[in-house]
Amino acid sequence: MRFPSQRSVADSFSSIPLDAGADLALKDGSRVAVIGGGPAGSFFSYFLLKMAEAIDLELEVDIFEPRFFTRGGPSGCNHCGGIVSESLVQILAAEGINLPTEVVQRGIESYVVHMDVGSVAIQSPAKESRIAALYRGNGPRDGSELQWESFDGYLQGMAVERGARVRHKLVTGVDWTDGKPVLIENDGHASAYDLVTVSAGVNSNFIGMLKDSPAGVAPPKTTRTYICEFKVGREGVHEIMGNAMHVFLLSIPRLEFAALIPKGEFVTMVMLGDELDQELVHAFLDDPTVRRCFPTDEKPVVCSCSPLINMGATKRPYGDRIVMIGDSGVTRLYKDGIGASYRTAKAAAATAVYQGISADTFEEHYWPACKAISSDNAIGKVIFGVTTLFKHSKISRRAILRMTSLEQEQEKAPHMSSVLWNMFTGSAPYKEIFTSTLHPGFIGSLVWNLAHGMRPSGGNGKVA
Amino acid sequence: MRDGALGREYFGGETIIQQGETGDCMYVVQSGSVEVVQKVNGGEQRLAILETGDFFGEMALFEREVRSATVRALVDARILKVDKKTLLRRIKEDPLLAVNLLETMSGRIRELNAGLARAGVESE
Repeated sequence: MRFPSQRSVADSFSSIPLDAGADLALKDGSRVAVIGGGPAGSFFSYFLLKMAEAIDLELEVDIFEPRFFTRGGPSGCNHCGGIVSESLVQILAAEGINLPTEVVQRGIESYVVHMDVGSVAIQSPAKESRIAALYRGNGPRDGSELQWESFDGYLQGMAVERGARVRHKLVTGVDWTDGKPVLIENDGHASAYDLVTVSAGVNSNFIGMLKDSPAGVAPPKTTRTYICEFKVGREGVHEIMGNAMHVFLLSIPRLEFAALIPKGEFVTMVMLGDELDQELVHAFLDDPTVRRCFPTDEKPVVCSCSPLINMGATKRPYGDRIVMIGDSGVTRLYKDGIGASYRTAKAAAATAVYQGISADTFEEHYWPACKAISSDNAIGKVIFGVTTLFKHSKISRRAILRMTSLEQEQEKAPHMSSVLWNMFTGSAPYKEIFTSTLHPGFIGSLVWNLAHGMRPSGGNGKVA
Repeated sequence: MRDGALGREYFGGETIIQQGETGDCMYVVQSGSVEVVQKVNGGEQRLAILETGDFFGEMALFEREVRSATVRALVDARILKVDKKTLLRRIKEDPLLAVNLLETMSGRIRELNAGLARAGVESE
């Protein structure tokens, strides 16, 4: 596989005329290239074509995606925990996009929070399954014979139904001719486009090609995660996990967050942390709290990966005739990456169809959507920082467990339950979570339970 | 209920929303079918049958009136609840989302007008 050097591609951006932005707009017959056929690329293509049709604008959309999502294992996968948040499930339904049972591996109706001091189940506030656990690709290596549909494949199918064309080609270079981007494919074929939308995530070589680009487009900061699939069997999954996602608040150095997600006959383990390595993975799996919930001795790992995730917004995710969406641009901190893909994809599509495709237009109409996510992430960082402090104090862990358990058992006002639910599910903006921690009821109850947690016998938790 | 099913399962004949109740959410049919009925002169009149992908209860999102009709499952049906707060927050960010709802509501007004016109012709 051949890739042009980063320098040579970056140099190619220097040929973009600085004043090319004036009056740039999509017209009948305009050609749009979408680099990456994951959720962001498919959402963008779907909404772009839907909005264009509404104003009788005829566009040609090519989605460049070398992978086939019908293939099992890494070659057909976009490496992700695979959760569609509660809020996104609802919003997609309002958009007329209802996720079929062939795509959703399990509907999640509760979260179980595990700590060394005990565990507590938090039920969905709506008392129904509104979180979708699914596979981005066609499932783990060992599941190729199973009948299910990939989420990314499903969304891509929607875009194709709208008129998009999928080209299973690798884009290996970008050149600019007469101010228009020209994509060079791995077989040397070159095509000019009116707009290039980058939805290649942060694990693609394409995103690296944009580094140091004179056009001002730059890739975001990243960190590494760890994802693996345990083959447990359908009955085993039901028995151990139920319809719940299991999350862990453990005082393990460098571990930010870990979760177990039930999917069909597999359990997906997702870990986020600082300099995540095998040592940290083993420290987590060997932790007594994890072993109590999910002993892995006889559960084969059938698939694993260490993908990068976006940890900071791209400073300028647009230029003349180019826009970056999803993970390639801005995403939510730790959670709801698919939701951020939907939001940025739709905002970029609306800008391209109704406003224009110049850098100035994207700045005026697309950037506010990115900035809203980015600003909310700043609050998210504070929340996760405070959570880390709480995680390392046994008294605090006891207080969290007791407060949540009492709320769940006695159906009290769900102060802590609501904070934890929204934090783990990614259903609410971080600003809303932060605001709810300022409620006098939350503060009063937390102080009371902290005082109770100081007693030696305080905080005997159980699975509610 | 299948592993991958979203929403809540209602048995055939089970009431999902009741005319006269207050509501703060709308619903989307994920599978099965439901009937929309309204109390008229002590009896019930069926207004519509809704299938997979259709939504109902959306009037509660935009006004503070009570539910104008009863909706019950015709057969076993799976229904997803959409919270008013979640939807309105998103519509504030992205007003285009409301266009989907408006399209359906516009279609329903058109059907209603056609129904009224037919009723007018019959009464003459």
